[in-house]
Amino acid sequence: MVVPGGACATLCALLALATLAGQVTEAKNSEDVRCKCICPPYKDHQGYIYNKNISQKDCDCLHVVEPMPVPGPDVEAYCLRCECKYEERSSVTIKVTIIIYLSILGLLLLYMVYLTLVEPILKRRLFGHSQLIQSDDDVGDHQPFANAHDVLARSRSRANVLNKVEYAQQRWKRQVQEQRKSVFDRHVVLS
Amino acid sequence: PSSSPLGDSHRETKSHHRPSLPAGTHYTMTNGGSINSSTHLLDLLDEPIPGVGTYDDFHTIDWVREKCKDRERHRRINSRKKESAWEMTKSLYDAWSGWLVVTLTGLSSGALAGLIDIAADWMTDLKEGICLSALWFNHEQCCWGSNETTFEERDKCPQWKTWAELIIGQAEGPGSYIMNYIMYILWALSFAFLAVSLVKVFAPYACGSGIPEIKTILSGFIIRGYLGKWTLMIKTITLVLAVASGLSLGKEGPLVHVACCCGNIFSYLFPKYSTNEAKKREVLSAASAAGVSVAFGATIGGVLFSLEEVSYYFPLKTLWRSFFAALVAAFVLRSINPFGNSRLVLFYVEYHTPWYLFELLPFILLGVFGGLWGAFFIRANIAWCRRRKSTKFGKYPVLEVIIVAAITAVIAFPNPYTRLNTSELIKELFTDCGPLESSSLCDYRNDMNASKIVDDIPDRPAGTGVYSAIWQLCLALIFKIIMTVFTFGIKVPSGLFIPSMAIGAIAGRIVGIAVEQLAYYHHDWFLFKEWCEVGADCITPGLYAMVGAAACLGGVTRMTVSLVVIVFELTGGLEYIVPLMAAVMTSKWVGDAFGREGIYEAHIRLNGYPFLDAKEEFIHTTLAADVMRPRRSDPPLAVLTQDNMTVDDIENLINETSYNGFPVIMSKESQRLVGFALRRDLTIAIESARKKQEGIVGSSRVCFAQHTPSLPAESPRPLKLRSILDMSPFTVTDHTPMEIVVDIFRKLGLRQCLVTHNGRLLGTITKKDILRHMAQMANQDPASIMFN
Repeated sequence: MVVPGGACATLCALLALATLAGQVTEAKNSEDVRCKCICPPYKDHQGYIYNKNISQKDCDCLHVVEPMPVPGPDVEAYCLRCECKYEERSSVTIKVTIIIYLSILGLLLLYMVYLTLVEPILKRRLFGHSQLIQSDDDVGDHQPFANAHDVLARSRSRANVLNKVEYAQQRWKRQVQEQRKSVFDRHVVLS
Repeated sequence: PSSSPLGDSHRETKSHHRPSLPAGTHYTMTNGGSINSSTHLLDLLDEPIPGVGTYDDFHTIDWVREKCKDRERHRRINSRKKESAWEMTKSLYDAWSGWLVVTLTGLSSGALAGLIDIAADWMTDLKEGICLSALWFNHEQCCWGSNETTFEERDKCPQWKTWAELIIGQAEGPGSYIMNYIMYILWALSFAFLAVSLVKVFAPYACGSGIPEIKTILSGFIIRGYLGKWTLMIKTITLVLAVASGLSLGKEGPLVHVACCCGNIFSYLFPKYSTNEAKKREVLSAASAAGVSVAFGATIGGVLFSLEEVSYYFPLKTLWRSFFAALVAAFVLRSINPFGNSRLVLFYVEYHTPWYLFELLPFILLGVFGGLWGAFFIRANIAWCRRRKSTKFGKYPVLEVIIVAAITAVIAFPNPYTRLNTSELIKELFTDCGPLESSSLCDYRNDMNASKIVDDIPDRPAGTGVYSAIWQLCLALIFKIIMTVFTFGIKVPSGLFIPSMAIGAIAGRIVGIAVEQLAYYHHDWFLFKEWCEVGADCITPGLYAMVGAAACLGGVTRMTVSLVVIVFELTGGLEYIVPLMAAVMTSKWVGDAFGREGIYEAHIRLNGYPFLDAKEEFIHTTLAADVMRPRRSDPPLAVLTQDNMTVDDIENLINETSYNGFPVIMSKESQRLVGFALRRDLTIAIESARKKQEGIVGSSRVCFAQHTPSLPAESPRPLKLRSILDMSPFTVTDHTPMEIVVDIFRKLGLRQCLVTHNGRLLGTITKKDILRHMAQMANQDPASIMFN
């Protein structure tokens, strides 16, 4: 599953990029903007936070703080302490990102369950015990001429598409097996 | 790193040799016609053998050969440019392909960083509860539009339900606390278990930080699959899970790895980069700059990080391209806006308060703390990793991750400062206490009747909230120091920047509050009287937190310029450069007193990678004859003769020995050097000749010279292998001082060089020999150098 997996990964990345880029230019959802004013405690009034859906030029204390808790002459002193900030977010971006992430994670989990639990059972039923042992053999050849054979063999082409996929998947599994040995068993890399 | 692996000066010294050309080119004619020009017709008949010129896994590349290949390609394209419009388009495409790769890398790095940030934020909050009205919002986003938030409790809103509320229906009380605790631990454990299983099943290379391996790859090492598609996908997915599980790790180092994977994948779309390992590493340098830029929101800091920490050779062209990649990535991330504040980092804070000269004393003290902590962390972490590598602790990686995650979750939950996401903790520590803050860290005893204007915050004594916060911060500091030692290096993607910054920020904030209270209670001391007005607050503890973070990060990685620029880009002001530099320099000096290596160089040495550090100086007075092989007790040098050997002889030699290359000499009597042949090229060429050319049998003569020797009539057809021979190997005499040899290896990027005596071949020196020699001179174990 090297080629489909890799193609899927790059496709997903480009899809994510495209959707995220698309959100940038979309019109803002009206719920996604706000003006947030934080007013600290003043005399015997408590501190308070005001949120209002308002445009950026109107984002100041006088427009947002309603109802005004202090009487007329004190309004200026109260508003001087308040800090108002205009914020916007894109809820669509967040939703799309989380959905993409969870779907990729779900697919990977299913594939992992298939590889670790289902495939050995299927193989054992179809081919018998001996074939299973043979396919798990260490194919990391140390003979230099076998390695050269491998390099030259890649330039040959297979006729059958299914054979190609199967061959690619076997090669990928071998590579992961080699990596696992280097990292987890022999601790030569990434210890 | 030096500016280029090749100056043009090397051509002059090798004027009587020519760099090896790939078979099939006919450039001997256009190079001014020399003695070799008569053979170009024969060369035309040879096709390039597929596979010659590639490298084995875990081997070092030959920088000289790759650079020559690239120049050949460039010459060929330029010479054909005038022929037709199609050729002109091809040459334009070739010139612009570098910029295309870098742009694509920047775009994808920015997009992936946005995905990682948004997903990690959401999953971190998933441990506490869920937003019922919109399941994809995290805590802060859920309460974004609600009007029920109060000044004291800014994150309470009815749409966000904790797990205790959902499961047992209570929001407060001991029962709900215990239920929240249990759910927190369960979620943390499941995330950690998922992460390590995915890494183990799909891409074992995705674990760890990635920066030591990327440093080694950029210096010329090959690790196949380390920057591949599966590694990219698994690293992205499991990084989110690892960060969400509450482990004491960060995502900056893994983001550099992700960006380099993107760079590597895109470079395969362009033949200029896919076939040339040296050019590919230029793209990887630019990609690592983009990675740091999206991690910290610091574009210039990212370029400097790539220059100082990651890259080995950094030509000026790469500088411009790295900056462009960093800029594109930062722009993409900013438009995604993952944190809602149109900033790239969560803990971006702007300061405008001044600092005073006497504060340099506590800043230098923070630098000393950073250096001490860095030295302690490097020693402890390397000792633990070495133990994990060699004893049975390393046999159970999944169990180890689960145990570490369990311990972290169990101890982190009760303390509100460790329960927080580490980035949010840093943000809270960096933020100064103004009138708008209401956390317990800002619980100062205010004089409410004062009618002063907002700007002039009086200095105030600390309330009980501050003291309890300081206690909790001390406990958090000890916890983080201990857990990070065990967390860095486990088999999930783990970075080091955020935990170090958190440790430094905690220490800095504590020192800042201490100095502030000292100034309040003793403002008649000389120091404070000079600079601080009575009744005005002159100390900003948030600034101390920032300086402490920079000091700790500098102490552990030993970065200098890039760290200062990254932190100054984080704060947005040039005013604090002096305190930052004072702290970073102090921490580097204190750390260097205990050991010269940063954490990444220490991990490179632990793994035995063949990394010739450009920062170390070779101070010993040994000669080339002391390091070269074969030594007196070794078997004699394995050589090939120019036209005396048969195919069987060569195959036997290759099978019996394990050398990576063989010098080719004219004859055993004269020992005069002809060239150097690589093992991989020999095996591939012989194998291909046996298949493709008729008449090549075991007793065929192998000929490395231009003209085949005259053979008797019935002998089998000779095999011409001149095209795979490197005709210009580098040679030194046996009396060359080793410091010059090490310099040559560093500057030219050599893998091996030959040693001659009075013009006759004596032996070889490889990079591995040099590394072993340096290890021996430093009284370290020379057998720890594992790779070629």
